[in-house]
Amino acid sequence: MKNSHLWRKTKSALASAASFVCALLVIAPLALVFLHLLRSGASAVNWSFFTELPKPVGVAGGGMVNAIAGSFELLGLAALVGVPVGVFGGVYLAEYGTVRGNWLLRFVADVLNGVPSIIWGVVVYGLVVLRFKSFSAYAGGLALGFIMIPLIMRTTEEVLLLVPAGYREASLALGISRWKTIVHIVMKTAIKGIVTAILLALARVAGETAPLLFTAFGNRFWNHDLSEPIAALPLQIFSYAISPYDDWHRQAWAGALVLVVMIFFVNILVRFLTRERVARVL
Amino acid sequence: MESAAIIDPPMITPVSSPQQQVASGSEPTAAAPERPPAFEVERLSIFYGEKKAIENVTLTIPSKMITAIIGPSGCGKSTLLRSLNRMHELVPQTRIEGKVVFAGEDIYAPHIDPVVVRRRIGMVFQKSNPFPTMSIAENVLVGLKLNGVRDRAFLRERLEQSLRMAALWDEVKNDLHKPGISLSGGQQQRLCIARAIAVEPEVLLMDEPASALDPIATAKIEELIHELSSNYTVVIVTHNMQQAGRCSDYTAFLYLGRLIEFASTTKIFTNPSERQTEDYITGRFG
Repeated sequence: MKNSHLWRKTKSALASAASFVCALLVIAPLALVFLHLLRSGASAVNWSFFTELPKPVGVAGGGMVNAIAGSFELLGLAALVGVPVGVFGGVYLAEYGTVRGNWLLRFVADVLNGVPSIIWGVVVYGLVVLRFKSFSAYAGGLALGFIMIPLIMRTTEEVLLLVPAGYREASLALGISRWKTIVHIVMKTAIKGIVTAILLALARVAGETAPLLFTAFGNRFWNHDLSEPIAALPLQIFSYAISPYDDWHRQAWAGALVLVVMIFFVNILVRFLTRERVARVL
Repeated sequence: MESAAIIDPPMITPVSSPQQQVASGSEPTAAAPERPPAFEVERLSIFYGEKKAIENVTLTIPSKMITAIIGPSGCGKSTLLRSLNRMHELVPQTRIEGKVVFAGEDIYAPHIDPVVVRRRIGMVFQKSNPFPTMSIAENVLVGLKLNGVRDRAFLRERLEQSLRMAALWDEVKNDLHKPGISLSGGQQQRLCIARAIAVEPEVLLMDEPASALDPIATAKIEELIHELSSNYTVVIVTHNMQQAGRCSDYTAFLYLGRLIEFASTTKIFTNPSERQTEDYITGRFG
């Protein structure tokens, strides 16, 4: 009796120790990456990093303002593609559609979610870059938008399905049409979840490099025309990191730090939004 | 009232049809009520996929009175109620046979839009469900606003009027901008009733509206239902026989999807014609 109790306690202690170690293994990389970025990049993050264009090789200083702005432009273009298609695709899955059709659609979306991001770059290269014979911001935005669509679609579907059926019924019983019920009652109730889905998708594609390699291409100067190649933070980090110059390496570290901090803040914002949503609706 | 025109042109001309005698075969049907009928349900059967939930029901529901539908769980009470404003169609793969004639027209006729049917036939549910994103005032007015009513003076007037009819005005008049879900359970249910009557339907369908409430809140709802019946046709589903006895004028007893008996509540509870009704009323089964 006593023995078995001791054995059970030991097993319990072992199990909690093992899960504690695994939890540490999850947290440790984030801490390590962050610390390393801070050590290597913080010294190069200064005012001119955010305000100046890249300098030619051998000239000290310079910044990545064009890449930071370019990243935001690309994200804007990506959102124009990914948000409407993703959100309304999610609405279709949650509110319309047949059981079989939805099964197929979900399956396709899940497969698309797993497609390596460089494939999207190749696809857009074939669809847009070759046709218009130019790398462009449009092509980069489209490639990122394609990646966002299945992400937003599946999350939107899930948050819409969390809205209790009673609200739909109550609205329909008031003689409100199906479409107005979906927009004004269901989507309004789930709006924070939908915004969260969009933000997470944006955070995910903000760091994508591969799909931009042969679409947005990168640019060392300001881009004044979205049909021209455009700089992006991940691209700039990539080209600086593989360069042989110490000065550029430091800037690449700085760029990586800025990118990670930006994504970090988006995630904190998302945490904040989801906590609110759970408290209010569910 | 000018409101009917504001919401929508009536779906069908409200003729109180004189052909009241029910074309019934062997089905037991009610003694014809003295009021003009609100609904004439004729040989109605409802299927969920293969399952037959309602079988060959024929009954005439009088207008501006309270009709209760009673019966044991799973007997099809809610399905019958929901078929009166086509809410049961939200379940996929439903099919009906027969007719539901409301104000002279079959609401299942091919040219009838269920949205318009539901504007005239409102519904209150078992679980109170104020919209969580909306204030008390917004909850009451949402049906009007989403159907295009913009006149602020009219909306304000309707807000107070609906909340008064739902016996909630005095409790919430200073908190109209607080969230609807901040109210107590009984208040929430009365808010849902105010929301349903704000669009001025002709009928209120109630699906066990008090079953989740405590006795005091239940008493309030029952009193409210009684008052509403002077303006509205009320059809209420309840599994609480005392409730049916207390607050309805007519009672339909349903068992296994069939209408066993439909008569005045007094008759059902004191002198039922059918043996099954008597057994159920006296608690011998169900």
